Amino acid sequence: MTDATADRPAAAAPRPARSQWWDVWRQFKTHRGALVGAAIFLVIVAGVVVGPWLWTYSPGFIDIRARNQGPSLMHPLGTDQLGRDMLARTMAGGKVSVAVGVTAMLLSISLGTAIGVLAGYFRRLDNPLMRVTDLFLALPLLPLLLVMVTLFRESLSGRFGPEAGTFILIVGAIGATSWMQAARIVRSAVLAVKEQEFVLAAHSIGTRRRRIIFRHILPNVLSPIMVSATLGIASAIITESALSFLGLGFPPDFPTWGRLLYDAVDYLQQYPERVLWPGLAISLTVLSVNYVGDGLRDAMDPRIRGR
Amino acid sequence: MKAFRSLLIGTVAAAAFATNAYAARGTDGEVKIIYWQAPSILTPYLSGGTKDVEASSLILEPLMRYDEKGNLVPFLTQEIPTVANGGVSQDLKTITYKLKPDIKWSDGSAFTADDVVFTWQYCADPAGGCAQLAKFEGVENVEAVDAHTVKITFKEPKPNPYLPFNGAQSPIIQKAQFEKCRGANASSCTDANFGPIGTGPFRVTSFRPNDVVTLEANPNYRDPDKPAFATVTLKGGGDAAAAGRAVLETGEFDYAWNLQLAPDVLSKMAAAGKGKPIAAFGSLVERLEMNMTDPDPALGEERSTAKHPHPILSDLNVRKALSMAIDRQLLVDVGYGQAGRPTCNLVPAPELYASPNTDCIKQDVEGAKKLLDEAGWKPGPDGVRVKDGRRFHLLYQTSVNAVRQDFQALIKQWWADVGVEAELKTVDASVFFGGDAGSPDTFQKFYADVEMYANNFDGTDPEAYLAEHTCSKAPRPETQWQGENINRFCNADYDKLVAELGKTADLEKRGEIGRKLNEMLTKESYVVVPLVDRGRVSAHSNTLGGVVLNTWDSELWNTADWFRVK
Repeated sequence: MTDATADRPAAAAPRPARSQWWDVWRQFKTHRGALVGAAIFLVIVAGVVVGPWLWTYSPGFIDIRARNQGPSLMHPLGTDQLGRDMLARTMAGGKVSVAVGVTAMLLSISLGTAIGVLAGYFRRLDNPLMRVTDLFLALPLLPLLLVMVTLFRESLSGRFGPEAGTFILIVGAIGATSWMQAARIVRSAVLAVKEQEFVLAAHSIGTRRRRIIFRHILPNVLSPIMVSATLGIASAIITESALSFLGLGFPPDFPTWGRLLYDAVDYLQQYPERVLWPGLAISLTVLSVNYVGDGLRDAMDPRIRGR
Repeated sequence: MKAFRSLLIGTVAAAAFATNAYAARGTDGEVKIIYWQAPSILTPYLSGGTKDVEASSLILEPLMRYDEKGNLVPFLTQEIPTVANGGVSQDLKTITYKLKPDIKWSDGSAFTADDVVFTWQYCADPAGGCAQLAKFEGVENVEAVDAHTVKITFKEPKPNPYLPFNGAQSPIIQKAQFEKCRGANASSCTDANFGPIGTGPFRVTSFRPNDVVTLEANPNYRDPDKPAFATVTLKGGGDAAAAGRAVLETGEFDYAWNLQLAPDVLSKMAAAGKGKPIAAFGSLVERLEMNMTDPDPALGEERSTAKHPHPILSDLNVRKALSMAIDRQLLVDVGYGQAGRPTCNLVPAPELYASPNTDCIKQDVEGAKKLLDEAGWKPGPDGVRVKDGRRFHLLYQTSVNAVRQDFQALIKQWWADVGVEAELKTVDASVFFGGDAGSPDTFQKFYADVEMYANNFDGTDPEAYLAEHTCSKAPRPETQWQGENINRFCNADYDKLVAELGKTADLEKRGEIGRKLNEMLTKESYVVVPLVDRGRVSAHSNTLGGVVLNTWDSELWNTADWFRVK
């Protein structure tokens, strides 16, 4: 009997310590779509970050004699109407688009989570914060962005240079206008979690509110946050495309996936591949990120885990 | 009987000259025209739309038309009245037209001076809502001196008295038909508006608004051999690409109007070989405007005003070098193809006013570098030129438009080659051209160093257009940033010459002054750097002959001369 009890820990010792994140990873691994999505997303990120080091063609260089070329060894994805290398442009564009997507998502998720948690947890703040959310939802997005761009573009460009200034402006504009859905989802999740017994228990032993929020509530509402975060990357990339198209985004010689796509639309019939590459890149990124989000949600929800 | 006889003579003549292009009236069957915007009415007086003006030009005629070079050609008058032949009075306040005596309306009645007078009364009626009122601006009276003489009196001396009754926008309508349609009744006169009686080569047989017009040869047309076609079908609707295809690829139609298509698309269609695109050029010029004032934001309210000259662009040689670095032919190839040609002129046409200035067309990178070196701009460590610690950095803005963004990228690279750094900026077209004094992004405010857009002038006379560059027309805070002198060019000699143009009636002399003014803005100062003369492209089938594309009048101005190539 004593032997047996002594044996058991010894037998378990080779196994690594089980943590929550280890469980999440084990569960995540079983979701094949999520795994493939994560792999593709990593490849894309690696491609746009490392790619320009390997493919040293400048995305802005105009070689007018080589315009409208199909794929070749010189230009694996062909050239555009001014003879600029499409591979270099797709990579440079991806760097901007992915950076805008991820940064704007982080901003909008932090904002949305903060507002959602505050509204859900503190009853007094609920009404005003949710009305503010409604207000933002009711605002027409594009005119608002137009005003923001008109007001701040020049001062930001002056302070940080045209590219960094526009980056800050676009990320700020997208972040500030896309947190509302996340705030609503988080609020409803917080409302449900905060009435559960373990929160009551934490309360009764005198845990401070801040600690309850960070230790008990946030981890339990993480899965909806994750899902809206992944969706947020996708919609941020698409919003940036729309802004570039209206001339409110980056300077025109600064490629992004959205701009490449819109530039190519005029040549859809003659050179369909030119729409294909940036379109494929946007779709793949959005799709893979969504799958990752899906897998994460399944993996992080203890009630689904193991099924 | 007479018509039959002339038909007979015509047929005989046609048989005799079968190899020649001439044919008798109505012997060439049907001609099919496609306008991708459908006409909704057949008089230009109730609609300013190009489609309506041009459709009605098959039926209605003005006293004189403009030909493809912008020169006046008498249609219903015997000659062009001038000061020299006494048609225009010495004080430039009256003009007298002598009408051709034997012109008939398509219903057989005689065309007289009363019809001309009536046309003015019809349009000038304040209750009528005439769309072409601008053509009659400054007209005090129109009177019939006798049955075939019309005298127009102006309130003030008019150096260019040819606006009323000339060109497709102000044709003569029949008094008998429109008499009851004056004032408030104008738009309810459906029969007259949809089937006007005219003096032109064709008359309406049926009209379905916003769809199709069918016409037949006017039996009373003044030239018994014309028109060669018996019927015309003018179909409206669709889009430019479909219209182009219908003429160039499938051959369903004979003529397609205004094919605004990318050069690649058009040349691919033309490769099918059923027809050919034709281009004609008006006065629309895509240009760079150099800011003569300093747009530095640090200047606050005074930025981009005459108080602060531009720190870089005030130097003539710098502006000239920026122009020399540009390959205009390449811009045309990339952006407009057949619908454009390189130009150095702000006023590229009509011929009378077009300066023979072609210095800028050849790109000269080395020359540009040399000029910049001489101007004191030396290459810095990163290749961008520097002078007195200032980098040669320009903010180059334009509206959002695919072709313009391509131009921006190309010009940025050419400027980089000569050591000039350009920062590109695009503004939504509705904001850029919106003229809102509260927006910092309008082309009038010009909070940039260089900007690019296109502009043209109405009609064939550039006086008002050239007068836009006088000192007093500069946009500034006191004018709520309104004004046409976009680059704030200011030259007392220029202003003096513009005033002189306003007093000159002699066409030759006007042309001379106009050309000089154009050169003062372009090759003498490089304040305006013209890039591309943008034309219009239409297409006709290989079997349609006699087409002369005209941007000064209706495209259908000479349908009487069209014929079937056999």
